[in-house]
Amino acid sequence: MFLLAMGIACGMLLMTSLLGPKRKFADKMEPFECGESQLVSPHQRFSVKFYLVAVLFVLFDIEAIFFFPWAILFRRLGMFGFIEMLLFILILGIGLLYVWKRGGLDWE
Amino acid sequence: MELLIFYPLAGFCVVLALGVVLNNSPVGSAISLIGMMLGLAGIFVLQQAHFLAILQIIIYAGAIMVLFMFVIMLLNLKEGDDTGWIARERNLLLSVLTGLLAVGILYKISGILFTAEMDTPAILPDSFGTVATIGETLFTDFVLPFEVASILLLAAMVGAVVLAKTKLD
Amino acid sequence: MEPILAPESIDLIALAPVIVLSVFAMMVLVLDLWGGRNKTLLVFISLVGLLMTAISAFAKHPLPAYSFNDSYIVDHLSLFFICIFTLSSALTILLSVEYNEREDIRAGEYYALILFCTVGMILLASSTDMIMIFLGIEIVSICLYVLTGIRRNDHRSNEAALKYFLLGAFATGFLLYGMTLVYGSTGSTNLFKIAEFIQNPSAQSNPLLLMGLVLLIIGLGFKVASAPFHMWAPDVYQGAPTPVTAFMAVGPKAAAFAAFFRVFAEAFPEMSPSWETLLSIIAVLSMFVGNLGAIMQTNIKRMLAFSSISHAGYILIAIIAKSSLGSSALLFYMLSYTFMTFGAFGIVIILGRKGEENLEIENYSGLAYKHPIIALSMTIFLLSLGGLPPFAGFVAKFYIFSAAIQEGLLTLVIIAVLNSAISFYYYLKVVVFMYMKESEAEFKISLTPMTLFVILIGVIGTINLGIFPNTIIALASH
Repeated sequence: MFLLAMGIACGMLLMTSLLGPKRKFADKMEPFECGESQLVSPHQRFSVKFYLVAVLFVLFDIEAIFFFPWAILFRRLGMFGFIEMLLFILILGIGLLYVWKRGGLDWE
Repeated sequence: MELLIFYPLAGFCVVLALGVVLNNSPVGSAISLIGMMLGLAGIFVLQQAHFLAILQIIIYAGAIMVLFMFVIMLLNLKEGDDTGWIARERNLLLSVLTGLLAVGILYKISGILFTAEMDTPAILPDSFGTVATIGETLFTDFVLPFEVASILLLAAMVGAVVLAKTKLD
Repeated sequence: MEPILAPESIDLIALAPVIVLSVFAMMVLVLDLWGGRNKTLLVFISLVGLLMTAISAFAKHPLPAYSFNDSYIVDHLSLFFICIFTLSSALTILLSVEYNEREDIRAGEYYALILFCTVGMILLASSTDMIMIFLGIEIVSICLYVLTGIRRNDHRSNEAALKYFLLGAFATGFLLYGMTLVYGSTGSTNLFKIAEFIQNPSAQSNPLLLMGLVLLIIGLGFKVASAPFHMWAPDVYQGAPTPVTAFMAVGPKAAAFAAFFRVFAEAFPEMSPSWETLLSIIAVLSMFVGNLGAIMQTNIKRMLAFSSISHAGYILIAIIAKSSLGSSALLFYMLSYTFMTFGAFGIVIILGRKGEENLEIENYSGLAYKHPIIALSMTIFLLSLGGLPPFAGFVAKFYIFSAAIQEGLLTLVIIAVLNSAISFYYYLKVVVFMYMKESEAEFKISLTPMTLFVILIGVIGTINLGIFPNTIIALASH
């Protein structure tokens, strides 16, 4: 089974490199980096819009960290733990609703 | 065995911490800081503090450092500025004070090391610091702080949007 | 199968004010998203929420009641404080309605943030666990940073918010570090357990614990704007929207004092010699810095900021006295301070118009000839702040001083009386401007009904507490 999968994968790679058409020109020979040009000055001003995203990311990240111990203890906490976490998520859900409606996630 | 992991990790942390201070570009400093935090997380794991290690990686090395990077990018320091702040910090008084502090700390540490007069560490149960133990306390004894934390986060979200949203109305 | 974990001593009735107010705050937040530009509904809901909160606070019997593993307490101190908080938040909202209209503060989050801030204040006054106290302080501070900077197109507002945030974050660091050290050396974050641990004299001399205490004092001292941690206060008071300034001077300050009282009178009474001296120094410094600083101000908001620093000094004396008399003096002082401060800031708001806030003391010249009643009210508030009978400020100060004398703090009382005398200089300066100078320009004041209503409440409260203080004193000294 494993060998079969390996064979197919390698075979596909080999076949495309042998059979595929190749057109070489300058732009294409550059390393590909998400469509961005390679050589730009690293000193570009970032929009303040990134900042809001970063702050919200920190906040939701902190929210997420609380799930780790809860998930591990899920069975032992029983119904109470479930309600507890539900309340926590509900309150932060209102936060998410607010941020969303207020356009905090829009990219203008 | 523990020491075999500890020393490389600690050395890694110290080197990167120096990197934070000595690096010429703020971005370089920030990257060194991320590396150092990862190293610290490793040391936490070694000390059985698993939850702390997770926190260190996800919150600090992840989220907070992203924020740091954005601030650095936002400030947009130019070539000249980069070196400028280093030069300003090469202030004699500051260097002397920091040096004195470092010597003092080293002296104290060496005193402890050579006379071996360490406080005997408290005997902790094996599970101390693991995610499950922290969860047990967090979700039973500290239910109220846990729920209040969500209100704090909510208030912070509102604050972030009110202050940082470019167009508000 | 391991046993199911169940928490102990959950008491939702004791927690009722927090729950009610949080629900209302979230309601305001969500309603604003669909409410459009009309904020009347939000104001109404906020006020109803505050009223319900105050009522629900009395649901718990008998007192004192401990819940959530002894980390949350309902007692007379917390009940009285909750009443002060809801009153001050309601007055802030009343002051804000017309001010926000005038100054073009459109954000509906404004009211939600005030309510969230009040939630934090209630938690601060009711917590007996350092983790809860920390969370309470953070909720209060974050809401205040944002409220300070809510006028986003105003440079002063931005500057004030930034300064407040940076210094506040720094102070929070001190506070948290202090808490960590106390936890490390006593093994608990619960104030009662700490008090129990400290019974042992050998535990008291632990240098880490002492260090922790000092850091706690620095952190809390910053939050109540006491000298030498007062640097932020004048700039922030000046830059914040005026209703927020009034709010800051009363509610969050009272909450921080409540936390101060809880931490030092409940967890560390055994160690009082070590913190009393430090607090006395801070109290004396605050009084002098506040009063001498206020003399030099030409801006009325800055002057009131310095005056509030000096009042922090007087209130600290009540905490140093720490007896039950001290706690009731603290409560009475905070209530009278609420009335006078909101009254005074109400008048500051009335004197301004869109685009020109008229915040210089010179702008008050000749006010008595044009608007005698407003000038008279301002005089009442200022004299009461200075501590002249028959106003509330006098009784409040008298009460604190007698509590302090009973504890043998004579030197402190003498310094405080001396400072009260100094404070008359700058309070009377405004009165002199109002009554004895010619007006330079025509007054174009905004006589808006809700602001006038707040001033009326302030006048009634100030005079009533000054002449008939007995009912409130009886309530405060339960």
